[in-house]
Amino acid sequence: MAEPVQPSGNQKEERVPVLQQILDNPFLLLFIGVVMPTVFYILWGVMEIVTIPIAN
Amino acid sequence: MSELFRTCPRSGLVFHKPAETLIKLNAVTAVVFLAVGGILGLLVVMTRWPAVHLLSSELFYQVLTGHGIIMLLVWIIFFEIAILYFCSSTLLRSRLATPRWAWLAYALMLGGAAITGVAILQGGSSVMMTSYVPMPAAPHFYLGLILFAVGALIGCFVFLGTLVVAKNERTYEGSIPLVTFGALTACIIAIFTIASGAIILIPTFLWSVGYISEIDPLMYRVIWWGMGHSSQQINVSAHVSVWYAIAAIVFGARPMSERVSRTAFLLYIAFLQLASAHHILVDPGVGTEWKIFNTSYAMYLAVLASMVHGLTVPGAIEVAQREKGYTNGMFEWLRKAPWGNPVFSGMFISLVGFGFLGGITGVVMGTEQINLIIHNTIYVPGHFHPTVVLGTTLAFMALTYFLVPVLFRRELFLPGWAKWQPYVFGFGTALMSLFMMGAGTLGVARRHWDMAFSGAPFSFEFGGAAYMMMGLTGIFGVVSVIGGAMFVIVVVGSLVLGKKIEDKSEYTTTRPAILPLGPAAPAHHGKGFVAPGTFVLALVFLATFVVYYFLNWMYLSSVWPMN
Ligand code: HEM
Ligand SMILES: [Cu+2]
Repeated sequence: MAEPVQPSGNQKEERVPVLQQILDNPFLLLFIGVVMPTVFYILWGVMEIVTIPIAN
Repeated sequence: MSELFRTCPRSGLVFHKPAETLIKLNAVTAVVFLAVGGILGLLVVMTRWPAVHLLSSELFYQVLTGHGIIMLLVWIIFFEIAILYFCSSTLLRSRLATPRWAWLAYALMLGGAAITGVAILQGGSSVMMTSYVPMPAAPHFYLGLILFAVGALIGCFVFLGTLVVAKNERTYEGSIPLVTFGALTACIIAIFTIASGAIILIPTFLWSVGYISEIDPLMYRVIWWGMGHSSQQINVSAHVSVWYAIAAIVFGARPMSERVSRTAFLLYIAFLQLASAHHILVDPGVGTEWKIFNTSYAMYLAVLASMVHGLTVPGAIEVAQREKGYTNGMFEWLRKAPWGNPVFSGMFISLVGFGFLGGITGVVMGTEQINLIIHNTIYVPGHFHPTVVLGTTLAFMALTYFLVPVLFRRELFLPGWAKWQPYVFGFGTALMSLFMMGAGTLGVARRHWDMAFSGAPFSFEFGGAAYMMMGLTGIFGVVSVIGGAMFVIVVVGSLVLGKKIEDKSEYTTTRPAILPLGPAAPAHHGKGFVAPGTFVLALVFLATFVVYYFLNWMYLSSVWPMN
């Protein structure tokens, strides 16, 4: 498996579109899928809860 | 190290031996738990049926806790792990990364499920699957859940590892197939889900053994639903992938547009989990901005993605059928579909049930104002049985009918039953859910043993309509359980008694041929929409949705007279 295999066709000349680059990168997707809900749901939500003043 | 592969002559699928064993094991374990959960479901629904009122109150809450956990977590997630291994190793023709870790994952999940199961059986943990603090369960109730989650997390990493192996060893050309991409979406959501679960359940475990003095109930609810809701989104991603897979298996259908479908999955990855906030809509303490951002803007993008899938799957089937010559009128392609094949009928009922019953009610409940009409009523299980039972469970059943001959090399046992099963199960579940919704709109509470409030200090008298709805819930719940039992009997029967299929495929160490690039989507020439029938169905869907949505605003205005 030393020599780089060229997948069929003229893919070399075509630039891979940005969207496809994102879609083809599982770890980037994992990053998006964890950061979005962590920031907007968990962190934001938890911040609102901890800033509720304590009754006395 | 030489790896063993076999090619199934029926389907052309390539199985890596350890992956094949693990897929079978996880799927069979799932079905066993489905059977147990179904029996508990029968007991639950027979108790909510006012004329029967089967269990004592204590047993009812205990059994309901077991039903929720065994169905929602154990059955579904074991099956999903099987799907992850199938979509990575089998569909990419790759060896499974680290089968040993996959075995460990299995052991942890089984052990965890057993430990939590024992805790529920012992009776001190009837806290419902949500286990809200400060209601205490036994420590091992939480411990089992944590072990189960760790196991599932390992399964997710085995899936990701297999994607890496397949890429490095060049087992496929181009991008991963769409179905694998959908499984990747499920896996990503699962990782967030399990992380949220760990953040809240580990402290709760420590609280239950006395190391932590207190857990804030609101904090618990917010983070718990990061897990509880997101885990439903694992299911949605997984069953949508199954729809695509079945469309390809049964019709040779190709996605109408790979890019559109993948972008829809990307919307799931980015936005679906934020909708967890719809469970917190009536909680004080978190602000309106947080609620509205997460349940409106974000959730609608995710709903849009579901509508894209709901449109492109039948659209792809329609295109494939029209290519085969079923071109008469709007709907010949649908009329001439193989309605007697449970792989297809199960998938199609899943799609329609999920969209019309689960999807529409989900958007209604996710709207802050109209959520108030039905919050915590039996409308809620009336919404999620169509999503997780009609949608996810039935899609998984349909896939199982395809996998039994392929994986176990046996014909289906009682094929006549298999043919009817999706209809019985789909019909029973759909009607049970509709009547739950009806009763919920009239105010009948969920998780409630006695709607007559006998002996309660404040009494309330429901009208006859509410009682009738709960009676019909009971009757169709029994039909649904019969449909579920037919599935279990067919599957278990096939494994034990099914006729062996003559299949000469042997395991060899030859590396399977590289998975070629899929054929490009058909180019559409000529005028008009390529899938007019699907377009009409989509319009019907939208019209139903709009009418139902405004009906609920009307109900709201009659709850609080504003006119
Ligand atoms: C086989 C037929 C089934 C029947 C007859 C059935 C019946 C019911 C009923 C009547 C309730 C509501 C009880 C109440 O709130 O008072 C319920 C709750 C529930 N069911 Fe099912 N069900 C079935 C299958 C399933 C399946 C396949 C799943 C999941 C995949 C599932 C998941 C749940 C969950 C998560 C709850 C909520 C538990 C809670 O409130 O803590 N059910 N079921
Ligand atoms: Cu939810």
